[in-house]
Amino acid sequence: MTSLANRDSDGGMSAYQPSLLRKEREAAAKRASVKATLTAVISTIVVLGVLAFIIRNSPGWPRVQESFLDGPYFLESLPRVAQGLWLNLRVMIIAAICIAILGSLVAVARTTTSPVLAPVRLIATVYTDIFRGLPLIIVMLGLGLGIPALRISWLPSSVIFFGGMALVLTYSAYVAEVLRAGIEAVNPTQRMAARALGLSQWQTLRFVVAPQALRKVTPALLNDLVSLQKDSGLISILGAIDAVRAAGIMTAKAFNFTPYVVAGLLFMMLTIPMTRVTDAIARRIDKRSDIGIPI
Amino acid sequence: MLLCNNVRKTFDTNVVLDDVSLTLPKHSVNVVIGASGSGKSTLLRCINLLERVDDGQIFLDGADITAIGVAPDDVRRRIGTVFQQFNLFPHMSVIGNITLAPIKVHRVPPEQARTEAMALLERFGLADKADAYPDRLSGGQQQRVAILRAIATKPLLLLLDEVTSALDPLLVGEVLSLVEDLRKDGVSMVIATHEMGFARHVADTLMFLYRGRVIEAGDPQQMLDDPNTPELRHYLTRMRAAGRL
Repeated sequence: MTSLANRDSDGGMSAYQPSLLRKEREAAAKRASVKATLTAVISTIVVLGVLAFIIRNSPGWPRVQESFLDGPYFLESLPRVAQGLWLNLRVMIIAAICIAILGSLVAVARTTTSPVLAPVRLIATVYTDIFRGLPLIIVMLGLGLGIPALRISWLPSSVIFFGGMALVLTYSAYVAEVLRAGIEAVNPTQRMAARALGLSQWQTLRFVVAPQALRKVTPALLNDLVSLQKDSGLISILGAIDAVRAAGIMTAKAFNFTPYVVAGLLFMMLTIPMTRVTDAIARRIDKRSDIGIPI
Repeated sequence: MLLCNNVRKTFDTNVVLDDVSLTLPKHSVNVVIGASGSGKSTLLRCINLLERVDDGQIFLDGADITAIGVAPDDVRRRIGTVFQQFNLFPHMSVIGNITLAPIKVHRVPPEQARTEAMALLERFGLADKADAYPDRLSGGQQQRVAILRAIATKPLLLLLDEVTSALDPLLVGEVLSLVEDLRKDGVSMVIATHEMGFARHVADTLMFLYRGRVIEAGDPQQMLDDPNTPELRHYLTRMRAAGRL
């Protein structure tokens, strides 16, 4: 093998002269690529230009600019909204941890086969059906307004607690389904090989199936995390002073909507980097599973 | 060592194993031949309890492993199995694949498991692949690792299910020579294969399955050179035509 390769690179390769045909091909490919880039640039400029023209010449533009893009008020509201965003961030992190735990439990419960666990399976199935079917905002209102009305003294009374709970219950149902899909996507022969080695059902899940399943669904899970980050803004409807609520308060003070733009930009500053990280991780996983046998 | 008594297995109405008996003394190799679908794989899967037999009994080291109440995990940890499709764990390195069962199932200390695995890899010329992932190995290397994974737990019995069928013809040799080395070590094996030359070479006893029945069994030389039954004769003719004899 090596001697063959060596001979090629010493002798054959150095004598190689690109033919006229190859040069022509390369020149044509280059021309085509320059043309494609030029077309893309021109078409982008035209489209954006037309959009800008329409917006700036609309009759209400000066008014919109004043009430949504007020520079000084932007800076004034920034610290308050940012403070609210810190609450969103904390809610998201704690919720994400709880979702990881609850989601995994439900996913594992749904993939068990033991007859003893039939009721557990049933509960897990009903749970995912209910919480995947309910809009998050309804769960949030139901928990945030309903449970405190029960006046159970030992429960925390904070709206943040109930808002977080709504996020956890809803997202765990989604995450459980994603994990279950991942578990079922692992080739059954992997399970068979593990069992043939004497691994128990639990050890097979823990050491062979789960690691492969997680790898398969990591992009989907990270996507849910980005989505959770945004949806943490819904706790504002219960009255928690998060970024959205803080922006609302600032808006009401001056009858100026700029704080909402501030909140939107701040959320994007969190989610866009997270999306990029997600893409990078997904690409890395793809690359690994590209070679040889599928992962 | 291994004793199968009148084993019968059906899938729905399809009789896959019909009254199959097999006696395997310690340190000997029984090779099972027969066309695809003749029941070779099912027999192996019944022996390591991946399938439940309908009738008959299987004894491993004197104990009936088909008895009611036998825990399959306890039986499987004493039997090594290698599949046609290797089935290495793609998320683990070669050494991780080999040491998983010793550490998790047999409670060997990780350091010791690693040392023993390295010794195996070294002996079979795979030491430089210890930290590689399966997708970086050739088919022959993957299958050799799968065999080492199966013997790392020092099983009483090794089952090889058409371990060369998924391989590039040029890579078959390296896998078969590993199996021969194991035979010299005295590992008891039941091997299902389509490689007649290998069967002749490695088998102490040969068994020909035809539609789930043992049609002929006994001395490999005699059976391959002078088959008694028209079924085996026909099978060998077809194998010869396919260049496998």
